[in-house]
Amino acid sequence: MRIFALILALFAAPLARGAEPGVTTFTLENGLQGVVIVDSRAPVVTHMVWYRVGSADEPPGKSGIAHFLEHLMFTGTDELSQGEFSRIIADNGGQDNAFTSYDFTGYFQRIGSERLELMMQLEADRMADLRLDPAVIQPERDVIIEERNQRVDNDPAALFGEERRAAQYLNHPYGRPIIGWRHEMERLTREDALAFYDLHYAPNNAILVVAGDVDPEEVEALAAKHYGPLPPSDLPPRVRPSEPPQRSARRLEFIDPRVRQPYVIRSYLAPSRATGDQDTAAALQILASLLGGGITSHLQRALTLDTETALDVGAFYSPLALDETTFGIYIVPQPGLSLVEAEAALDAAVQDFIDAGPDPERLARIKGQLRASEIFALDSQRARAGRYGRALTMGLTVEDVADWPAALDRVTVEDVAAAAETVFDLRRSVTGYLMRTPEDREGSAG
Amino acid sequence: MIRTLLCLIVFAQPLAAMDIVEVISPEGTRVWVVDAPEIPIVSLELSFEGGSRLDPDGREGLTTMMVGLLAEGAGERDALAFAEARQDLAARFGFRNDKDSVSVSASVLSETLDESVALLASAIARPRFDPPAVDRVRTQLLSAIDSDTRNPRALAGRALSETFFAGHVYARPSDGTRSSVSAITVDDLRLQHARTLVRGRVTAAVVGDIRPEEAGPLIDRLLAGLPEVGPPLPEPADVQEGGAPLIIPFDVPQSIAVFGHEGPARDDPAFLAAFVANTVIGGGGFGSRLAEDIREARGLTYSISTALSPRDQAALILGSVSSANDRIAEVVRLVEEEWTRAGQDGITADELDEAKRYLTGAYALRFTSNGAIAGSLVGLQRAGLPIDYPDRRNALVEALTLEEVNAAARALYRPDALRFVIVGQPEGLTRTE
Repeated sequence: MRIFALILALFAAPLARGAEPGVTTFTLENGLQGVVIVDSRAPVVTHMVWYRVGSADEPPGKSGIAHFLEHLMFTGTDELSQGEFSRIIADNGGQDNAFTSYDFTGYFQRIGSERLELMMQLEADRMADLRLDPAVIQPERDVIIEERNQRVDNDPAALFGEERRAAQYLNHPYGRPIIGWRHEMERLTREDALAFYDLHYAPNNAILVVAGDVDPEEVEALAAKHYGPLPPSDLPPRVRPSEPPQRSARRLEFIDPRVRQPYVIRSYLAPSRATGDQDTAAALQILASLLGGGITSHLQRALTLDTETALDVGAFYSPLALDETTFGIYIVPQPGLSLVEAEAALDAAVQDFIDAGPDPERLARIKGQLRASEIFALDSQRARAGRYGRALTMGLTVEDVADWPAALDRVTVEDVAAAAETVFDLRRSVTGYLMRTPEDREGSAG
Repeated sequence: MIRTLLCLIVFAQPLAAMDIVEVISPEGTRVWVVDAPEIPIVSLELSFEGGSRLDPDGREGLTTMMVGLLAEGAGERDALAFAEARQDLAARFGFRNDKDSVSVSASVLSETLDESVALLASAIARPRFDPPAVDRVRTQLLSAIDSDTRNPRALAGRALSETFFAGHVYARPSDGTRSSVSAITVDDLRLQHARTLVRGRVTAAVVGDIRPEEAGPLIDRLLAGLPEVGPPLPEPADVQEGGAPLIIPFDVPQSIAVFGHEGPARDDPAFLAAFVANTVIGGGGFGSRLAEDIREARGLTYSISTALSPRDQAALILGSVSSANDRIAEVVRLVEEEWTRAGQDGITADELDEAKRYLTGAYALRFTSNGAIAGSLVGLQRAGLPIDYPDRRNALVEALTLEEVNAAARALYRPDALRFVIVGQPEGLTRTE
């Protein structure tokens, strides 16, 4: 316990509320929000533009359009021909990419700091002046269908994940895959992409995050020069269809001979950092760690170390979502154990955790690690930039981002117990069995 | 407007002000150090030459299993106590292996550096191999082996290794087989630990909140108790090239193709020229010819890339691409055509200039975090490059002439030697066995 005492002493200083040191913000008159993170260790900058729009904002019948548009954003503007965007970045020794999720779409470049202005010029250009050549539509749609093949259709576990998510959300568009349902992707058009672009891509729907060897005042001046002239648009209110009360536990089985490893997974509807208060989300995050984060967690000790029931077991929680998110648990049984037996063992282990209550010493240990992870996080420019971009697209503030470590640090044993009490509500759950053969369910006879 | 701004670009960018210092530890180990005190963490990387190619016959997977057990109990601590101690220190340890080496990475807080090094040293030199942990890790490894038989990407990679390296230890799977892993004993694990974690075969780098004079003793503590010499390394491999595509039937909508043939070794004087040629033809992170043609123009795939893969005892150029079963045959034909064109005509002067601008500018992006820098420094040392290479590398790229790059391209791209392995249900390709 000597080491344990040491770590407590190390991190005794309370974490203060306010913006993180080295992080500044601004808002342009047209509504574009800016965050600047100074990291002068290398002459490199990460330039990101995040839009407050994702797959959950898509109109019905057009699943995949947010992601398709993300691809098409590289195909040309009034000033640039197809492929020129990425070619200019490469010509300047930079790397670029983009990503789409349920609640956001982001574009980023990593490049020498002195090229920041060029990045802003390029990104501002395609924020307002995208030109879609009809000739690029079909090949690029083929590309996203190949992407779907690669990520989903070739992998039964990914197909199973789509089915579970669709069952989890009765009404909310989180039930649709980000990449889209294949039959809808195949019918996405140029007009669909342009309509989505016109509605959602505007400075007042964007967050600029710049991290690196930069001067915050200069970043703001450059942003005003390049993004400032873009007109804001009338944004639709960001209200999605919401979940009705969920009244019945859902169960599903997915059987496919290509399944690599059978398992049981259960997800529960849960509040996010944006739907509830951060303290509730923090308690759920700590619950996930105590219950199923790594070898020292309750589930691992009970089911892999002590009883050799499971090859793997764990808990997960995604705190960042605009609307209600999920908390989950899973178990990968040892060979010879059926999924029914594995589920029973998992349920019993969770019940043991609830009955005994969280261990204060383990809680303290997890907090020490979380505090340290804030220090480790300083080593990744891109991850720091991403943390702000993601949170701000959910309607959280810079102060919320800075306060999140403190929220985790405030969590008590009672908070964790209360979070467990609330979240484990089977009526709001989906339990899935991923199976290679029907025998995986209850084991072979005899 | 954008074009006007484009005019002010294009010069070789200076690299980060990164001062690499070489120290020789009191026990004689060479360590490259970057003193970077901005963040109170220390990152380190160790690489032990040897790896899974030192698995004895019939014990394939032994090194993988041994490495998987390093943090599962060491010194006075069993697996749980070790994990708790690591958590208490908030230290991050990583252990991995491939066919050429065993690697250890760590990032630790400056304030717990001393205790963290002691804990990591116990995992490196005094792993326990307690029977419960051995059983658990064995079961996990067997499960991974079993899963890979239904993983098209794993099937493709394994078949390509078997094709290229038949008869050589490189042909064997690093994870082993059901029977080889089942046969592994605790004595095997102890012996393999002594054969693969050898002080005389280590390459080391330390980056972060540490002074150079402290780095040598730190590395000595991590290596204390390890043997000085190891068993002889296997002979270089002959790469067996060419032949019709090898097709492995698998019920998926999209076929996965991996391909390649022998390529230049890292110490080949033409390696850098070949690297530039590959950047133009198929390199990732750049609008390569293959990506432009097969993805952008034709929409035949989500990703295609090729890379030089110089290993210790053989060097390859390898590519991968996946495409729907009814379109993969066209992709294979287009790759073969580009291979032929690149081998005959090489690249153009414009392409060379573009590649130089990209490569010289992007080099600094490899050195933006302590952990990434430590990894890169070990890679440079393993490749036998001098300590000032990061400062000179962009000038070396700039100095390459079109003739040099195209001579390297002609040697590199040999369509007759190209070998494809395709997993899926490809249409329009002849099946071979």
